[in-house]
Amino acid sequence: MTGCHGFCERGPLLVINPQKLFYQKVQVEDVPEVLSETIEKGNVIDRLLYVNPVTGEKIVHEDEVPFYKLQERIIFGKNGSIDPTSIEDYIAIGGYKALVKALFNMSPEEIIESVKRSGLRGRGGGGFPTGLKWESCRKAPGEPRYVICNADEGDPGAYMDRSLLEGNPHSVLEGMLIGAYAIGSNQGHVFVRKEYPLAVQNLRIALQQAEEYGLLGEGILGTGFDFSVRINRGGGAFVCGESSALMASLEGQPGEPRPKHIHTVISGLHDKPTNLNNVETWANVPVIIDKGDQWYAQLGTEGSKGTKIFSLVGKVNNTGLVEVPMGITLREIVYDIGGGIPGGKKFKAVQTGGPSGGCIPESLLDIPVDFDRLTEVGSMMGSGGMIVMDEGNCMVDVAKYFINFLRDESCGKCTSCREGTQRMYEILNDITEGKGKRGDVELLEELGWVVAEASLCALGGTAPNPVLSTIQYFRDEYEAHIEEKQCPAGVCKALIQYTIDSELCTACGRCRKACPSDAISGAKKVPHKIDQEKCVKCGMCVESCKFDAVKVQ
Amino acid sequence: MELREVDQVLKEYGYEESAILPILQDIQDRDRYLAKEVCEHIAEKLSIPVTRVYRLATFYRAFSLTPRGRHLVSCCMGTACHVRGAPRVLDKLEMDLSIEPGGTTKDLMFSLESVNCLGACATGPLVVIDGHYYGHMSSIKIDSVLKEYKKPPKGEKDEGKTKKSGKSRKTEAKASKRKGPQ
Repeated sequence: MTGCHGFCERGPLLVINPQKLFYQKVQVEDVPEVLSETIEKGNVIDRLLYVNPVTGEKIVHEDEVPFYKLQERIIFGKNGSIDPTSIEDYIAIGGYKALVKALFNMSPEEIIESVKRSGLRGRGGGGFPTGLKWESCRKAPGEPRYVICNADEGDPGAYMDRSLLEGNPHSVLEGMLIGAYAIGSNQGHVFVRKEYPLAVQNLRIALQQAEEYGLLGEGILGTGFDFSVRINRGGGAFVCGESSALMASLEGQPGEPRPKHIHTVISGLHDKPTNLNNVETWANVPVIIDKGDQWYAQLGTEGSKGTKIFSLVGKVNNTGLVEVPMGITLREIVYDIGGGIPGGKKFKAVQTGGPSGGCIPESLLDIPVDFDRLTEVGSMMGSGGMIVMDEGNCMVDVAKYFINFLRDESCGKCTSCREGTQRMYEILNDITEGKGKRGDVELLEELGWVVAEASLCALGGTAPNPVLSTIQYFRDEYEAHIEEKQCPAGVCKALIQYTIDSELCTACGRCRKACPSDAISGAKKVPHKIDQEKCVKCGMCVESCKFDAVKVQ
Repeated sequence: MELREVDQVLKEYGYEESAILPILQDIQDRDRYLAKEVCEHIAEKLSIPVTRVYRLATFYRAFSLTPRGRHLVSCCMGTACHVRGAPRVLDKLEMDLSIEPGGTTKDLMFSLESVNCLGACATGPLVVIDGHYYGHMSSIKIDSVLKEYKKPPKGEKDEGKTKKSGKSRKTEAKASKRKGPQ
């Protein structure tokens, strides 16, 4: 039993080693055959193999699957070879080697210098240089110092931190140990979202095992270094992913951010120097120490080193978690790894950076993915969510979705964020309901500027991004909603009509039975019709129709 | 929860004021809500104003001040689920249960909540009922899933875990594609 292999679309997955035989969509009923045919006789079961959708050929081995082939899985790849609840497994693949090297061969200053040279930047969204952060925290006056692992992965559409914590908790813990030693801290916290119970469970097991092995607690590996870790569960507030709000939550306060003219590395948890990094950042540390900063810095681009794990989801064939070197193009991720858009539909945009990010149109698909380029085009790296959208997605609806999310999650401390996101939501809602007016788009742009400039934390500071980027790249869709009262993608309920194509309708009656408002009439052999007065536009008829006879206008 | 059981939880955390969140979480997990007497009792024992307890209980989404239903239906409204049609699934759930997100049915059988992301984005649209994951949902498929939970409980078993019809077992097998070991 291992953690997530990343190719979620094809799960449940089964990899048989040492041949690296790759079976996909394995069901309970297949298991006896796998045992008798493959394990005992060494035969490959054809039906369970992955078929390359482009060439039609069957692929036998895991590393030949195009989805994996183009990836560089230095962090996430280990998930597939270990049982997350076994410290022996982790040690067997070289785990805790980096900790030993750090504790016995390196001084704290050397570790910090090495992390600085590696060019590692925070993977939680901010992209701040990790080594610099550690250095500031080490030099900050005051005792004790704290290190925190931020596993409050709140960005909708991103789940790489979950998979790392569930699938390889020791790698995160090893990173924290090295960091704590370098910074001079004896107490760590891992702040995990309440939605991730398995992550908490596996981490708890990992902590217990590490303690039994003398890798955690007092006098680690016989040195004078002490370190212990506590797990804290989140309370279901998105804003707690922000560092100062997270620390407030750890103190038992409501998770509201505070001004950060004094950084949390100087005065954080309990007003003491506190170093907070994201799960994926911590998991990168052992690799840098073990393989060396020079090796690590070869990967990636000038300003963004190493790899990044993205969750490639939405309207894409191969959904899952992908780890790629920084600098790869969006097109390579969406088409070569992701296998393109399902159902032969047309690509429209890819949304990166969660609610703080933006939507990137097709014309920019060839930009290299790194921290700086994504910011330049009005989006951001964020924690690594990558949501692909096709022609069936309405960009005004997407903007409304994110603003609604942020309006709901705004802690309410800053007026600009609390009221600004509310007002932006109301305007967007009007537009999607056909009540938009000329000048609304300009008003949204102005409001967006105020919200971004006048809010304290990154939630408000980046809240307008989804709206501004969709206006920038998809202004015609806004105009269609406002001027022509039409939703080109056929999403916004108030602007669409469902009709049945009498040519295609076979009068099977499925839609009639599915309709919750009795709006569909018809009989055997009589093509069905929708009564627009009664229709509640729930879309059940579209989903129930097997002949594509229900049309959206 | 009896007040002496609350005391037990408080004791586990050493009556530490800064541990108030985990204390409330433990009680919420067990009772599925925070009763008025419980909040008042905690405030008294930790020597803090009861308003502080309520401030936390209303700030964090994890807490409820009203009793929750026997089954908790969480409909994921994350971006990946949204673009694949989660709003239609939520609409159907609202219609079926006649409650809005955050609400509980009168017979205390179901509570419905919308969640911003459950972290199983590849299987969206996703609905989680009592910890069971149902992936690739649609407004049609959710019907048969919900039906299983509407059946009256058989004996001591939780009806969610008892035998399912062929159809819904298939749905759940699909749903079990969620990442990570179970």
